[in-house]
Amino acid sequence: MTTAASRPARGPLALLRRAALYTVLAALAAAILVPFGWMVSASLKRNNEVLTIPVRWIPKDLQWHNFADIWAKIPLGTYLGNTVLLSLAITFLQVLTGSFAAYGFAKVRFRGRDTLFLAYVATIAVPWQAYMIPQYILMQKAELTDTFWSLILLQAFGAFGVFLMRQYYLTIPDELCEAARVDGLSEYGIWARIVLPLSKPALASLALLTFVNTWNDYMGPFIYLTSNDLWTIQLGLRSFVGQFDADYAMIMTGSVLSVLPIAVIFLLGQRYFIQGIATSGMKG
Amino acid sequence: MAHPPTARSRRGLRTTLIGWSFILPNFLGFALLTLVPMLAAFVLSFMDWDSYNPPEWVGLKNLERLLDDESTKVALRNTALYALGHVPLTALAALALALLLNRRMAGVGFFRAAAFFPYVTSMVAVAVVWNMLFNPSFGPVNQFLHLLGVENPPGWTTSTDWAMPAVVLTSVWRDMGYYMVLFLAGLQAIPQEHYEAARVDGAGPWQRFRAVTLPGLRPVTFLVLILLTVQSFKVFDLIVVMTDGGPGRATLVLSQQIYRQGIIEGEFGYASAISLVLFLLVLVLTLIQFWFNNRGER
Repeated sequence: MTTAASRPARGPLALLRRAALYTVLAALAAAILVPFGWMVSASLKRNNEVLTIPVRWIPKDLQWHNFADIWAKIPLGTYLGNTVLLSLAITFLQVLTGSFAAYGFAKVRFRGRDTLFLAYVATIAVPWQAYMIPQYILMQKAELTDTFWSLILLQAFGAFGVFLMRQYYLTIPDELCEAARVDGLSEYGIWARIVLPLSKPALASLALLTFVNTWNDYMGPFIYLTSNDLWTIQLGLRSFVGQFDADYAMIMTGSVLSVLPIAVIFLLGQRYFIQGIATSGMKG
Repeated sequence: MAHPPTARSRRGLRTTLIGWSFILPNFLGFALLTLVPMLAAFVLSFMDWDSYNPPEWVGLKNLERLLDDESTKVALRNTALYALGHVPLTALAALALALLLNRRMAGVGFFRAAAFFPYVTSMVAVAVVWNMLFNPSFGPVNQFLHLLGVENPPGWTTSTDWAMPAVVLTSVWRDMGYYMVLFLAGLQAIPQEHYEAARVDGAGPWQRFRAVTLPGLRPVTFLVLILLTVQSFKVFDLIVVMTDGGPGRATLVLSQQIYRQGIIEGEFGYASAISLVLFLLVLVLTLIQFWFNNRGER
């Protein structure tokens, strides 16, 4: 009896239910993705065609030249270059120091380790806004405001990376490290040759999450970067909206260009994003 | 003759040093740029300090000023309102998505990715698009409401009453995919045998949901609610780009107030006092949730 119930039933009724489910899901996905459709559609319109009644979802003639014109309106190349540089530097340092520290927390037993780790985890729950003023004063005294260094230093040593990597290292059996120790490998050798190669999925998760977070970060650059030639794509887009607030089509063109790199990265590494979030959440 | 205790303590010292050598590169940055500022923020809350004058201890003066400052009080109320909308709506939407997408079927990966995608796109692009969608006279949202027969659709971000709901709706849309992933992980951790057992006992789908799914999701729900609360109280990017606190002060939130007082005005002491209040609020709410969770588990 129970086996029959748990196996997917066949017949016209089941088929109908399946079709209904797919319809609901497709409608839902469409509703969730509507804003992106609007964005792409508006980016290919003439400016006076964006806000119309009724909405024309497919532009009459596609204005591909919007994507060429925008580069002359704002220094998009500089903004993109700055964003790539910052995202890469922060991601590299976060993954390196995070995965290194995680080994100390997961595989080396010493006094005070767990207390220290608790302090790390506790800070993840503290809103950044609660201590951003002293950070700002510190950066001001060090004369690092309005440089990339301020953002790199502030974001590269986050506790999140340590936490994520440690959770993954805990799933690597200790016997493996023990065997390597017997073979005469030092702790640093075990980290570099055994643990690190085994944790590629976690490294990918951390790298992608950090990269995307830095790419999308608004508040950090907003506070620290005042010179136009240091701006990231987010600041550039925001200032463009402020300057040309009626230039709807062009604003959407800029938005598409700012989201496109992330969309590509997301499509390629989707499963690492989701695994990273699931593992960091599950054991917290 | 060897002295085992000394040998052991020497080995202990060696492993301690090795352990610390791994942690140190990250810890130096973490201590200097996170721990120290956290402690400094606490001390600064009780000081008067701007960029020109040396710091001076003033006790509770900053907190008293905070109680008299209309803007800060408005920001506090708006932040609470935002959290009140954002936390339950996002949690419910995320749970619904997870329940709907927790099945083995062709194409489920695509639907999950679609739900998650808004979360990885930048706040600026999201805020800019939704501002247009919410355009009172030409936006598709109000056109849709017209279609449904709503005579006077709201003015959304141009109206003091509807700006906050517009911001909340946008944030729910953006964040629900993230929490869906957490709920999905929670659903998959519920042992399949529990469902089988409930079925043998003759429980229908709704009873199985009440008796197996909801209790099984308890730890994840607790985590989601805590993360959402922290996230709500630090909202900044979305508001700055979408409404910049307006119209008037209708969507002014605490983080903006900290930014304006501390970084624009250079009132480090006062801004730190506001951030202390923000921190204490989050702390108290987290502790209440812990308390509820522990009570329920007994």
